[in-house]
Amino acid sequence: MRCMVFVKATEDSEAGVMPSEKDLSEMGAFNEELVAAGVMLDGNGLHPSVKGVRVRYDDGAAQVIDGPFAETKELVAGFWVWEVGSMEEAIEWARRIPFNHGESVEIRPVFEPEDFGEEYTPELQERGAAMEAKIREQHG
Amino acid sequence: MLGQPMPSESNATDRTIEAVWRIDSAKLVATLSRQVGDVGLAEDMAQDALVVALEQWPEQGIPDSPTAWLLTTARNRGIDRIRRDRTLREKYGEIAVELGRAEPEPGPERAVFDEDRIGDDVLTLLFTACHPALTVDSQVALTLKAVGGLSTPEIARAFLVSDATIAQRVVRAKRTLSESGVGFAPPGDDELSERLRAVLGVIYLIFNEGYAATSGESWMRTDLSAEALRLGRVLVGLAPEEPEAHGLVALMEIQASRFPARTDGEGRVVLLMDQDRARWDRLLIRLGLERLELAEALGPAGPYLLQARIAACHARAARPEDTDWHEIVAGYDALLELGPNPVTELNRAVAVGMAGDPAAALATVDDLGSDRRMSGYHLLPSVRGELLAKLGRFDEAAGEFERAAEMTGNDRERQVLEAKAAEMKEISS
Repeated sequence: MRCMVFVKATEDSEAGVMPSEKDLSEMGAFNEELVAAGVMLDGNGLHPSVKGVRVRYDDGAAQVIDGPFAETKELVAGFWVWEVGSMEEAIEWARRIPFNHGESVEIRPVFEPEDFGEEYTPELQERGAAMEAKIREQHG
Repeated sequence: MLGQPMPSESNATDRTIEAVWRIDSAKLVATLSRQVGDVGLAEDMAQDALVVALEQWPEQGIPDSPTAWLLTTARNRGIDRIRRDRTLREKYGEIAVELGRAEPEPGPERAVFDEDRIGDDVLTLLFTACHPALTVDSQVALTLKAVGGLSTPEIARAFLVSDATIAQRVVRAKRTLSESGVGFAPPGDDELSERLRAVLGVIYLIFNEGYAATSGESWMRTDLSAEALRLGRVLVGLAPEEPEAHGLVALMEIQASRFPARTDGEGRVVLLMDQDRARWDRLLIRLGLERLELAEALGPAGPYLLQARIAACHARAARPEDTDWHEIVAGYDALLELGPNPVTELNRAVAVGMAGDPAAALATVDDLGSDRRMSGYHLLPSVRGELLAKLGRFDEAAGEFERAAEMTGNDRERQVLEAKAAEMKEISS
């Protein structure tokens, strides 16, 4: 199964404090371990929310709101995409992340087609496919 | 990765043990193998530790450093084992003494595994599990057990054989390794490429067993393919300079990207050209294409890299009609330059047919028909049927599809072929 691991923002990450060399080398070693275990598919850090925007959709109008955003703990500062055998394995990997200054992560399994069960009827699947084909046509 | 069906009916501790095992068992077995010089004994020691963990952790709680605990326990159990058994004592007596005063107890403050060695140890373990002294079946079983950390029943389920069969293969593999004095050492430079080929072969075999199950009702056993992908990624992590290792992982990633599209809502097979490409896994395609590029830059193209190149032609085509068939034909030409192979010839013929020359393709397929190695290979009549259909010879095509349907061992594939035969008959009547 695939899961996405969100690294939650902290006051430091929101303030744009860059990780120390020690932090970077520890995280580098951890990422190498993830790669060598065949677990890490993707991952990166994100700029603080001051560089981000939100787009909110209401009554057919899209409203763009510039960062920074207030609720630091709800923000995301980085992510991984992991391929693991189970949620327990993801948790076990997460235990090994070299964080120790009050950081937190949130692990969320990625939907797979069968998760939708019977609600995801062949007709809906077809419609989703047609939509994606169109998107591809538009964007190459 | 335990003996019981997992994970629904097991409790949280068992699932944690399973997770720790999956993450660290290869390192455990590899470290122990280096210390005792025998993969079989090392694997037994690691299994002993797992059994103790399953007994003790649910009651006593999970230790602070589960991996260190497993390593220490395995070592102590190993010493006990050697002291108890006379044959072992004679053979490993000194090792037991060594083990007894082995490296200081690992603790949370220091790394459990020797960081400078663990990569090489795991790589050596993989090479040893795929040692040429073993039969392919034993290589597969031992690789999944000792490197993949799968349990005997899990491997048995995946290959649709009995637990006893797999257990026997593992035991035989361990015995062969021990008796032929293979020990635990990385391959020398002179045999490296051959040994690497064996490892790649085993991983790809596991992948294919999951990708196109040769028997039984299920078209895919994707768990097995996922395991092969994991092993492949472990391999490239340990041997990052090997173009063929990257080539194999790229090939598997691109092929695995199609898993979600390979069956329809009813579980029926959907062939490549008919697949809904929107359902292809784009992350895997991206990873596969990036890795292919890396492999191309690393060195000369071997068979896996070339197959990945061909697979990439499909992955890049947003619609079936965008497929660059000439590039695919060129890929097969390059593969055939490495060595003749009737299956590659057949695939090339398919590509030639798709590139707009079904008559030339049919001539190749007819030549292949006289190759004895191809008798009983259901894809030969299946491809012949496709080409005849392209040439408007629907009646003959129907006959070929029927023949292919009789020959395949896969129930789902048979249904597809039978449907094609029926379609051909309808057109021709």
